[in-house]
Amino acid sequence: MAVLDILKYPDEALKQISQPVEQFDEQLLCFLADLEQTMRAGPGGVGIAAPQVGYFKRIAIVDVSVKPKIKHNGCMILINPEIKTWDGMKVGREGCMSVPDYTGNVIRAEKITLQANNPQGELIDYECIGYEARAVQHEMDHLDGLLFLDRLVSRRMDLFKRKVYK
Amino acid sequence: MSKQSNEWHMLTLVGQDKPGIVAQITSALFRTGAQLGEASMMRLGGNFTIMLMVKSGQSLNELEQSIAPVVAALELHSSFQSINASLHQHELPNTRITVYGADRAGIVADTTSCLLDAGFNIMDLASDVAGDEADPIYIMHIEGIAQNGSEAIETALEQIKIKGVNIDVTPIDIMIA
Ligand SMILES: [Zn+2]
Repeated sequence: MAVLDILKYPDEALKQISQPVEQFDEQLLCFLADLEQTMRAGPGGVGIAAPQVGYFKRIAIVDVSVKPKIKHNGCMILINPEIKTWDGMKVGREGCMSVPDYTGNVIRAEKITLQANNPQGELIDYECIGYEARAVQHEMDHLDGLLFLDRLVSRRMDLFKRKVYK
Repeated sequence: MSKQSNEWHMLTLVGQDKPGIVAQITSALFRTGAQLGEASMMRLGGNFTIMLMVKSGQSLNELEQSIAPVVAALELHSSFQSINASLHQHELPNTRITVYGADRAGIVADTTSCLLDAGFNIMDLASDVAGDEADPIYIMHIEGIAQNGSEAIETALEQIKIKGVNIDVTPIDIMIA
């Protein structure tokens, strides 16, 4: 296992569209182990996408279980993920290992359902809300060559967001 | 005048809002070879205001000269100040506070003093007076670091809420991935 180098914007490679995974083999498992280790080594470390380490395949890992008091699916290894449904919208602050020293507000769906292959190639359904849903959408953007910088909204956007819970 | 070698300066500038202030000031600085850093520029009460980090091998005097024609033509007030600064040092806020209420004397002083006592470090504050002349409303947006957590802030602000001010404290949960 190894911690891989993270590509950093303005590296243009981050802007390319990643290709579907077709082979579910030993090589894939090795890469997944490296990718996960790289994610955990990074600041924040709740998600990573393969193109961030220069491997342009549709693979992402999200694990928000370190965050207290939120709903999550544990460590999600998402291969060829596809979002099926979106629900609600929320502004939240994001940063990215590929964009050091900047955080900004982004609008994301609050609740999503998705389908993705697991490392064995089986199709799995997931339901994600809140922080985890945000992380999944951020990672899936990487697979399409999009950074959170492409989705920034004004800092004052917060004004339109009044919490309704509690 | 002693030569300031590649140090950061803060340019502060204010004047009646007119088209072209930003383009003309930044072009003049660019022509002298200055590097620009972080900036905040906004309209406040019909005036345009600029706070802009400028790095240059030139002296304060030379920097002032470089924008003097634009400053004179657009009738602006400006000044450069030597500052101790660096880039790539962003701290992350952990709490956002929205305050609004009928405008009254002391609303800002009350709120910010209360925040200070509760161990809150303000990193960013923007406020507006909305409503109309007869019934002005004060709206304030604050971001910063609550050293003792946002619950301590919420408790501390209760005394302000009693005075009819609406306050919303929300933790900022930054997702880095
Ligand atoms: Zn990212």
